[in-house]
Amino acid sequence: MAIIFKPSPSLPPPVTSVGAVAWVRQNLFSSPLNIFLTFFSIYILYLLLPPVVEWALINATWEGSSKAACTAGGACWAFIGVYFDQFMYGLYPEAETWRINLAVILLVVMVGAFAIKTINKLYLSIAIIVAYPIVAYFLFAGGVFGLEVVETSLWGGLFLTVLLGVIGIVASFPLGIVLALGRRSEMPIAKSVCVVFIETIRAVPLITILFMASVMIPLFLPEGLNFNKLLRVLIGITLFSAAYMAEVVRGGLQAIPKGQYEAADAMGLTYWQSMILVILPQALKLVIPGIVNSFIALFKDTTLVYIVGMFDFLGRIQAANHDSNWLGTTIEGYAFAALIYWVICFGMSRYSMALERKLETGHKRN
Amino acid sequence: MSDKTTPSNNSFLNDAGNRALIFQILLLAMVVFAGYYLFSNLQANLDNRGISTGFSFFNEPAGFPILIHLIEYTEANTYGRAFVVALINTFVISLLGIILATIIGVIMGLARLSKNWLVARLATVYIETLRNIPLLLQMFFWYFAVLAALPAPAQSYEFADFLLNKRGIYSPNPITQDGFGLVIVGFILSIVASIGVIVWAKKRQTRTGLWFPAYWASLGVIVGITFIFLAMAGFPIEFDLPTKSRFNVTGGMVLPPEFVAVLVALSTYTGAFIAEIVRAGILSVNWGQTEAARSLGLRDSMTQRLIVLPQALRVIIPPLTSQYLNLAKNSSLGAAIAYPELVAVVMGTTLNQTGQAIETIGLCMLVYGSLSLSISVFMNWYNNKMSLIER
Repeated sequence: MAIIFKPSPSLPPPVTSVGAVAWVRQNLFSSPLNIFLTFFSIYILYLLLPPVVEWALINATWEGSSKAACTAGGACWAFIGVYFDQFMYGLYPEAETWRINLAVILLVVMVGAFAIKTINKLYLSIAIIVAYPIVAYFLFAGGVFGLEVVETSLWGGLFLTVLLGVIGIVASFPLGIVLALGRRSEMPIAKSVCVVFIETIRAVPLITILFMASVMIPLFLPEGLNFNKLLRVLIGITLFSAAYMAEVVRGGLQAIPKGQYEAADAMGLTYWQSMILVILPQALKLVIPGIVNSFIALFKDTTLVYIVGMFDFLGRIQAANHDSNWLGTTIEGYAFAALIYWVICFGMSRYSMALERKLETGHKRN
Repeated sequence: MSDKTTPSNNSFLNDAGNRALIFQILLLAMVVFAGYYLFSNLQANLDNRGISTGFSFFNEPAGFPILIHLIEYTEANTYGRAFVVALINTFVISLLGIILATIIGVIMGLARLSKNWLVARLATVYIETLRNIPLLLQMFFWYFAVLAALPAPAQSYEFADFLLNKRGIYSPNPITQDGFGLVIVGFILSIVASIGVIVWAKKRQTRTGLWFPAYWASLGVIVGITFIFLAMAGFPIEFDLPTKSRFNVTGGMVLPPEFVAVLVALSTYTGAFIAEIVRAGILSVNWGQTEAARSLGLRDSMTQRLIVLPQALRVIIPPLTSQYLNLAKNSSLGAAIAYPELVAVVMGTTLNQTGQAIETIGLCMLVYGSLSLSISVFMNWYNNKMSLIER
């Protein structure tokens, strides 16, 4: 009878090298310093988390119509509930807020339509970039088809913040590209005009630009010609953001090898053809993170319009904090504002990461 | 002999050089025209409103108080003096902010790279939270929600000789007595001596290869010599302690809540950005460098200090510069919570009282422009010093 060699089943690895125990040992208690840091972190969490959870969730009051309703000792979220419409729409007449909602739904539907394969993307883009702003403007401002006129001074809240952010982003992007191309141009006058513009704007804080927009622009215009404060602030924000965008795009342009420019020239492409068809698609893809970072910065910077007297989202929160019926709800207001800003900005940065991966064509060196 | 085969006007416009020339002449004409148009409008508008241009208002009494002033200032002083006070406030907050933000940023950047899972997570949460919330909101939070919620002076929190209440942070105020000059002499001497120690240590290391803890030693020299001179002069410092009364605090040195809120918000916010820069810089150094250093027998601390950090700094410095610039420019947000910096004093109060829009806004832009320029010149110099010298 043949003897068959039967190895005994191998022993499981020691508990200290796999599984949860090993993970804890390696990641939390690998050295004396690490042990100290772990306990220190746990102590900080112990100090912070329980009171915050207790305040924000357990002892919170969710409903009520004045501060008197908040007796549990925790957060008074009823404040947010009462002021919610003002935070969203500012002083926009309550009967007309459906117009803002409609415009937002329209935009979401149009952007969502990109996912449908049978739709012509070119026409859709034109509809969004050209037709939509006109429709949205008349929806917001009114004055046609029997829509009541709503002065821009009544626009406010998150609506104004998003409006400033979106228009600033959409307008500053092409302007930034043109400035970046101008700065890289071989024409000395065009180049110096762009350099002076970019460097001047980048050297000063946005707040001075906004002051300029609200105080100085009227001085530079002929008597009698004056335009809306919202428009002036928008111009200020756009110019400011365009200068930063230009520097980001320039970084991308510089990273494109010379061979690409030469190859485009050798194909007989004109300057604009070579830029639009060859250089920019590559350059912009390289700098997606930078572009999105400037978008996020722009979105956060829209809060500064409060300083020149416009009541955006943060401005409305600040105003609501002064309501004598709701004294002592400052933290709730700021927490709500922080949450909304955080979700939007963090969402943008995550989206940029996804976009980067989607457009990745494998030329990246690793 | 004329060339009749090619139409001349066509070839002229088809020439790239000519087209560039025409385009640029048009552009220049547009810029000059726009400038002239705006300037003439400005002249007309100023004449209509009876505003005289120029900085003569700088010699007139300002008539408004400034809460925080490091140099002597009263309402009777001139606008010029108010401008200087505001300028100093902007510089102070920017400088302190830069220092604090760098410290926070380095700590948080290293923490996010930590092998300790919990520490890395906490640092990530800190960075991702602060980076994605507007700075103005954070300033409001610190000023209106945290500092305003502190108790009144009578119920101040006390730590040793420090007081904390809604009027600010009070600390003992050192008052120098006679004989303090001797201590200053001692301090200068100690700095000279410490530089001597560093130079000597470097020379010895090049000669013999022996290493000497020069920086710790020089720190000891500074502290030691200064202390000896302090003792010799008989400790010529007295502390004016803050004491609380029913409604107020007397004595001591105070950091007003406006100052604290701006400083904390600026440094924690910018610190989160710097942390990401530090992390990216350290990650950019090839792992092979660390392995090579280890195989040469360097200790971990020396590997970090002598091999990884100098190489990481090359990647870190350019974006760090722009963060410093951002911080200096963002200090202007202090205007929103009444910290009397440049924008608040010059573009706020002075502009409102005098109506000199062009001068005040222009002056502010000029100051921020030169502040930005000086920071970037300094950082460029430092960057050149640190950058790789290739063969």
